[in-house]
Amino acid sequence: MPRAMNVVPNRGSRLLLALLPFLLIALIYVVGSAQRRADNPDDKLLPPVSEMVATSKRLATEPDRRSGDYVLWADTAASLQRLALGLGISAVIGLTLGLAIGLLPIAGAGFGTLVAVLSMIPPMAVLPVLFIVFGLGELSKVVLIVIGVTPTLVRDLSLEVQNMPREQLIKAQTLGGSTWQVAIRVVLPQIMPRLIQGLRLMIGPAFLFLISAEAIASDVGLGYRIFLVRRYLSMDVILPYVVWITLLAYVFDYALVWFGRRAFPWAYAQGSR
Amino acid sequence: MSTLSFRNVWVEYGNQFVLERINLEIASGTFLSIVGPSGAGKSTFLRLILGQEKPSQGAVLLDGQPFPAEPGPDRGIVFQRYSVFPHLTVLGNVLLGYEMTASPLTARLFGTARKEAIEKSRALIEAVGLGPHADKYPSALSGGMQQRLAIAQALAKQPRVLLLDEPFGALDPGTRAQMHALIKPLWREHKMTIVMVTHDIKEAFGLATRLIALDRPRKDPQAPERFGARITYDLDLTRDSAVPVLGFIRASVHVAQ
Repeated sequence: MPRAMNVVPNRGSRLLLALLPFLLIALIYVVGSAQRRADNPDDKLLPPVSEMVATSKRLATEPDRRSGDYVLWADTAASLQRLALGLGISAVIGLTLGLAIGLLPIAGAGFGTLVAVLSMIPPMAVLPVLFIVFGLGELSKVVLIVIGVTPTLVRDLSLEVQNMPREQLIKAQTLGGSTWQVAIRVVLPQIMPRLIQGLRLMIGPAFLFLISAEAIASDVGLGYRIFLVRRYLSMDVILPYVVWITLLAYVFDYALVWFGRRAFPWAYAQGSR
Repeated sequence: MSTLSFRNVWVEYGNQFVLERINLEIASGTFLSIVGPSGAGKSTFLRLILGQEKPSQGAVLLDGQPFPAEPGPDRGIVFQRYSVFPHLTVLGNVLLGYEMTASPLTARLFGTARKEAIEKSRALIEAVGLGPHADKYPSALSGGMQQRLAIAQALAKQPRVLLLDEPFGALDPGTRAQMHALIKPLWREHKMTIVMVTHDIKEAFGLATRLIALDRPRKDPQAPERFGARITYDLDLTRDSAVPVLGFIRASVHVAQ
């Protein structure tokens, strides 16, 4: 009998093991839902799966009576646009500032502490300020994501630059590289995989900020919808929305991994080491 | 021509003396080996030539001229590790040197300029024996192959001085012998001055035309950092005599003109 730490499942059983907890959770839910319905036919807390499917179908395929939008898709498009803008702007700022702080001692001395302090500001605490300054439109929601995500990216990327072997930077200079050339040809490509990792980790916080901002002031969006129907205890809307948001985040994460492997094969080649 | 001159060079950090009274003329085309115990300032010596460090006193001159205190394309280097860029293929690594010189803004070449640069790079890659591996990333190369790449990369700039910082220290003996067989013809062909720091005495004698040993001749047991290292031996290995025994010839600490 081998030790437990040496038992490695094969492909098939690995898939099965991954699915098992999900099936278990689904089973528990179905049983619990049926139980509550049996006790109280008007129960709203655990709606049966059939009801949630019906509601989701209505939200996805029938135009809203008041606005004429397909609610699910309108919400998704609005939220994803905010999320993509927020993460995209954060990535650009994170790369630029992180690279500058990590590579240039002057920039490090000038901005390093500032970023360290700024990253300690709880983004939700400045949300009212954002609403006051940028209004209740799209801008304030995007800015909230940027404020929440950027400092972490900047700090992570600047550390990554500082952890690069000095030898490489010196070698690049002996090849005739200027600061700018070293930055764009040697440092930037090497911190890109780290940016992908950073973005993967920040998807969660980004959604947190997005949904918070939407919950407080918005007229469309995934977070807005959840908090809107909460008043009517519409668990048949909330639960599918939560699943949908989770799925979106998971797909995002997966897409980032896929993109990283395609775009930076060298960064993943050492994985077996 | 690429004569390196050390004129009464001292290096000290606060109370800690690393090098003291270094006077040395390295003639153009010399293959100089530097040996010495750990902490005797071998790497500091190399960093002075590289421009990574400034002498506290005295001056280091290249062809009689002071050079800027930062690494530049006239002084190439091969480190023991991390000399190659992991995000570029073998070809990309060598190509980068050409691209940086030719294109200040984007550091990229296009069209015929790129084709020419690729041709030159391929010739260098061929010369160090990496021909079949031109499209691999460094992570797929062995330690010896990575060092070959680092050498090809440095040769692309046709540096006046090539610095080798224990370049073969991390390699197994067989690979090391191959590298020795590679570097000597390249040195003759490119007519460079090579300064090599090594721990391998056999390598130091076998490759070089001149060898210097750094050590601290004066020691204060209460303050071991009080006295810096000097050149304790300076051997000419080109004469037709038997290999000189260490300690046979005292170094002259003054400039030998």
